[in-house]
Amino acid sequence: MTEYNFAYLDEQTKRMIRRAILKGLAIPGYQVPFASREMPMPYGWGTGGVQVSAAVLTPKDTFKVIDQGADDTTNAVSIRTFFQRTAGVATTTATSDATVIQTRHRIPEEPLHEGQILVYQVPIPEPLRFLEPRESETRKMHSLEEYGLMHVKLYEDISRHGHIATSYAYPVKVEGRYVTDPSPIPKFDNPKLGDMAAIQLFGAGREQRIYALPPYTQVVSLDFQDHPFEASKADHPCGMCGATDSYLDELIIDDAGGRMFVCSDTDYCEARQAAGHKGKDAA
Amino acid sequence: MTPLLSVQGITKRYGAHIGCTDVSFDLYPGEVMGIVGESGSGKSTLLNCMAGHLTPDAGQVVFDTRTEGPRDTIIMSEPERRMLGRTDWAFVHQHARDGLRMGVSAGGNVGERLMAVGERHYGDIRDKATDWLGRVEIDASRVDDRPTTFSGGMQQRLQIARNLVTGPRLVFMDEPTGGLDVSVQARLLDLLRGLVRDMGLSAIIVTHDLAVVRFLADRLMVMKSGRVVEAGLTDQVLDDPQHAYSQLLVSSVLQV
Ligand SMILES: Nc1ncnc2c1ncn2[C@@H]1O[C@H](COP(=O)(O)OP(=O)(O)OP(=O)(O)O)[C@@H](O)[C@H]1O
Ligand SMILES: [Mg+2]
Ligand SMILES: [Zn+2]
Repeated sequence: MTEYNFAYLDEQTKRMIRRAILKGLAIPGYQVPFASREMPMPYGWGTGGVQVSAAVLTPKDTFKVIDQGADDTTNAVSIRTFFQRTAGVATTTATSDATVIQTRHRIPEEPLHEGQILVYQVPIPEPLRFLEPRESETRKMHSLEEYGLMHVKLYEDISRHGHIATSYAYPVKVEGRYVTDPSPIPKFDNPKLGDMAAIQLFGAGREQRIYALPPYTQVVSLDFQDHPFEASKADHPCGMCGATDSYLDELIIDDAGGRMFVCSDTDYCEARQAAGHKGKDAA
Repeated sequence: MTPLLSVQGITKRYGAHIGCTDVSFDLYPGEVMGIVGESGSGKSTLLNCMAGHLTPDAGQVVFDTRTEGPRDTIIMSEPERRMLGRTDWAFVHQHARDGLRMGVSAGGNVGERLMAVGERHYGDIRDKATDWLGRVEIDASRVDDRPTTFSGGMQQRLQIARNLVTGPRLVFMDEPTGGLDVSVQARLLDLLRGLVRDMGLSAIIVTHDLAVVRFLADRLMVMKSGRVVEAGLTDQVLDDPQHAYSQLLVSSVLQV
């Protein structure tokens, strides 16, 4: 692997991606097109996020990768190893120690601080795609701020389910201007998007789009007056650490259909257990 | 009285081919104008130029806006024109599927224009959608069904409800009864006439069908090869056509 440039991509490509990132930061929530490169991993493995990480990493960075909150899934491990080898950066699982965090489908529970960068892997960057497949038309809707269609989607949700059933990739409006897809994070994480101290960068590889939220950006989840947005989660404490404020995964623990709820953010859960917190299912 | 719409010298070419040429007329509030002519005579081209779907090569389309009075909609900015398109204007397509979102419930289809102009109360939007379904004779119990489960006539009535829910002042219609069975057409025409009268709508309706204009239109323009060859009160033109082409058109229909 020694033949590669720092962080795999050549400098010219990284400059191109950085320009897209800077433009994204200058126009929060706006989808900036970029020329996505082939990466040595298939689309759907976060090639958009990987390219953004490659463009922002420096030798002094400490890198963390989570996949649905966990540091130890195959996907997270392979991306972490990739940058360990191609950039020689330090890696960590501790949220507070990381300077760059690449994530799929979660925002860490621990509040991020200034100087950190959160890089999201995005499968479908266009929030209007669901109801309007024509790219020419969605581009026009964004440029003219014609977002009635986004509420049609929520209307359909309520008419079918009695409440807004969209539970992830819940659309937001950024700084009162662009309607944006926050990637498939659970809507529980939506309130963390706004007013965050860290920089948030979103990379969609297959769709060749980058967008961004600079620190302390206003982000509002769309809703109706009579059906306000709710950041819901399973109504249980974590079985391992007893946390009541974290997003939970439901695990099936035995053949008899026994269930247990546990923090999806493994670093958060382990740190709490190490500090002596205990849930009812902890050994 | 100020015309609601004043069309001056509208010309549209497709390359060297003429779509329509030098069409002018005024439409007053509450009036229904019919446009008839054979296939290829330029009716749809003219309608689309007026509704902002096509940009004419020459001419003006001056609309009497609510806030700023008469404005040439050809040269106004695109956001302003699109705003007109979902508030004061309505467009009913011949094929309902061109004017509906087939993957969205009937209520969502009717509610879209309300949400597009900023309504954010689900209960109010749904009540208005249900009310409009009733006004176009679609049972309220169908509010959550998709238009794919509707008959052709119901789809067309849903398209009309979706267009009229924001109380437009001018409705463009391109063959709104085309492709429907005769009995379904008759019911739709009755409904349209009732709505036009109750809401005091102005409308421009393109059709091949002289019976449709006889029933709905106060005035009539006859087009041939992109030009208006005769215009006047509907009954006058139909009963006593002056131009040789209008005479042919009227007599050919009477023979059927
Ligand atoms: N997109 C286009 N490109 C080139 N020529 C066109 C186009 N659309 C229409 N035309 C031509 O312009 C003329 C007017 O067409 P238009 O569709 O306006 O007629 P119409 O009166 O609406 O006909 P119909 O009754 O069949 O709907 C015709 O000669 C047609 O072939
Ligand atoms: Mg036509
Ligand atoms: Zn826990």
